[in-house]
Amino acid sequence: MSMEDLYQEIILDHYRKPKNRAPSLEGEDVHVHHSNPLCGDEMDLRLRVVDDRVDGIVFDGEGCSISQASASAMTLAVKGRELKDALDLAEDFRRMMHGDEPARADDLLDGVAFEGVAKFPVRVKCALLGWMAVRDAIETYESGASAHTVTHEE
Amino acid sequence: MPLDVQTLRKDFPVLGREAGDGRRLVYLDSAASSQTPRSVMDAMNDFYERLRSNVERGVYRISEEATGRYEAARTRVAQFVGAPAVEGVVFTKNVTEAINLVAYSWVRRRLGTGDALLTTAMEHHANFVPWWHAAQDTGFDLRVIPVREDFHLDLDAARRLVADGRVRFLAVGHVSNVLGTINPVAQLVAIAREANPDVVVLVDGAQAVPHVPVDVAALDVDFYGLTGHKMCGPTGIGALVAKPERLEEMPPFLTGGSMILDVALDRVVWNDPPHRFEAGTPMIAEAFGIDAACDYLDTIGMDEVRAHERALVASFVDALSATDGVTVYGPTDPAKRSGAISFAVDGVHPHDLGAMLDQHGVCIRVGHHCAKPLMRWLGVSATARASLYLYNDMDDLAPLLDGIAAARSFFAR
Repeated sequence: MSMEDLYQEIILDHYRKPKNRAPSLEGEDVHVHHSNPLCGDEMDLRLRVVDDRVDGIVFDGEGCSISQASASAMTLAVKGRELKDALDLAEDFRRMMHGDEPARADDLLDGVAFEGVAKFPVRVKCALLGWMAVRDAIETYESGASAHTVTHEE
Repeated sequence: MPLDVQTLRKDFPVLGREAGDGRRLVYLDSAASSQTPRSVMDAMNDFYERLRSNVERGVYRISEEATGRYEAARTRVAQFVGAPAVEGVVFTKNVTEAINLVAYSWVRRRLGTGDALLTTAMEHHANFVPWWHAAQDTGFDLRVIPVREDFHLDLDAARRLVADGRVRFLAVGHVSNVLGTINPVAQLVAIAREANPDVVVLVDGAQAVPHVPVDVAALDVDFYGLTGHKMCGPTGIGALVAKPERLEEMPPFLTGGSMILDVALDRVVWNDPPHRFEAGTPMIAEAFGIDAACDYLDTIGMDEVRAHERALVASFVDALSATDGVTVYGPTDPAKRSGAISFAVDGVHPHDLGAMLDQHGVCIRVGHHCAKPLMRWLGVSATARASLYLYNDMDDLAPLLDGIAAARSFFAR
């Protein structure tokens, strides 16, 4: 297993030039903060919801290249989708991280580049951080709340 | 006499294995856990092959012999660190358990509202969280000595923190697991006792006992914690080294078998220390192992181990500091630091650096090192840490620097 298996060029591109990375979002409806105490990763994710769709999404935080790049790719895949559809896509990504073939590879966009991360068990949680955050943000919004904090355990 | 590292390495089977792609394994994570020499494994096997039985209760030959060896291990550990008395050595799982024993059986029963406990901002969570938790439950004031810009403790601040005479307990790490700083324990004890002659002192020696000669009696501290797996010994055994009079005044932490003199339906009589604090069947093979680890280190000589690491850390810190994009977090004077070297590499997250170094066969620790208050003070969420031991030498530097350079070009391109 080489570094190139893990760090595909698409992943490095997202790491160096992240998409939708910002500390705030105009008209924010929900904000979640996720952290991974083992490696110290921190992630803030903000959503604006219009007509049950992800109208705006930004992330901010600190972490390794895999966690930051995956969050960046996630925002592109999720933006514009209905909330229910976005949850389904997050679940598809989660299954991919556990070794399943993605059922919605085309919809994951650059997210499919992370398929190789499944072979590096200690890095799976890095790739999942942004996707777990967006799932939590949608569920938090649907519960009527506007903020939620989650600490991920091993 | 300088250490013959190439010969010493042959004592450690793991160091002879390859790390993939035919690369030599470069182990720079001994501050997390050291490697184990063959003699320690042989001692543990001797228990399983010849003396396997329970201890402190058998009436037959092999159990009596095993008990003798278990108690001999206690004597050996006492001698290795200059314990005030053999009865002051309690075997525990690790330093975390040793500190919790003190937190539950001494601090929580004796400190309360109006009292203060003094610790530092560079502690491992094992020497911070038990005090924080006790403070929450019993209401004493938790005070923290800050770290200076030069990565040493601020002793002037320590003087101010004890000035009102309310500090009754001092808990300090002997050597920082993150910065490598060797703390001036004797000086801190003097500062604390000047304000309150009765202050009780605990030292977390997890990162000291493996690397520097330690004399607990000379330090005149009440409690000193050590762990086997960082000093060439097995996992699962450590010790609380205490003044016997402190143990005498403590009720047990864990209760059950072995730790009693008498049990009736209406009364229980505790056993004497140290057995009062060793409930249940102890870690017997591991005691054989830590005994052999003390022998191994003494055969080399702790002065020689320290001299070797001091020279080596100076070279590593110089080389890392001179590397473009690398920032070292820790004291610059090798006389005042151990071989644990924390650093950051510009543009490369520690987690990514660890993955790249792994590809070069180099094992380092990345993360917060169970010292989140210190990480917050440094203003980072994680650092990379390379740590040295008696089996490392200058051959291990080039693979580290090569891996760092590869990571920089990979992530920055």
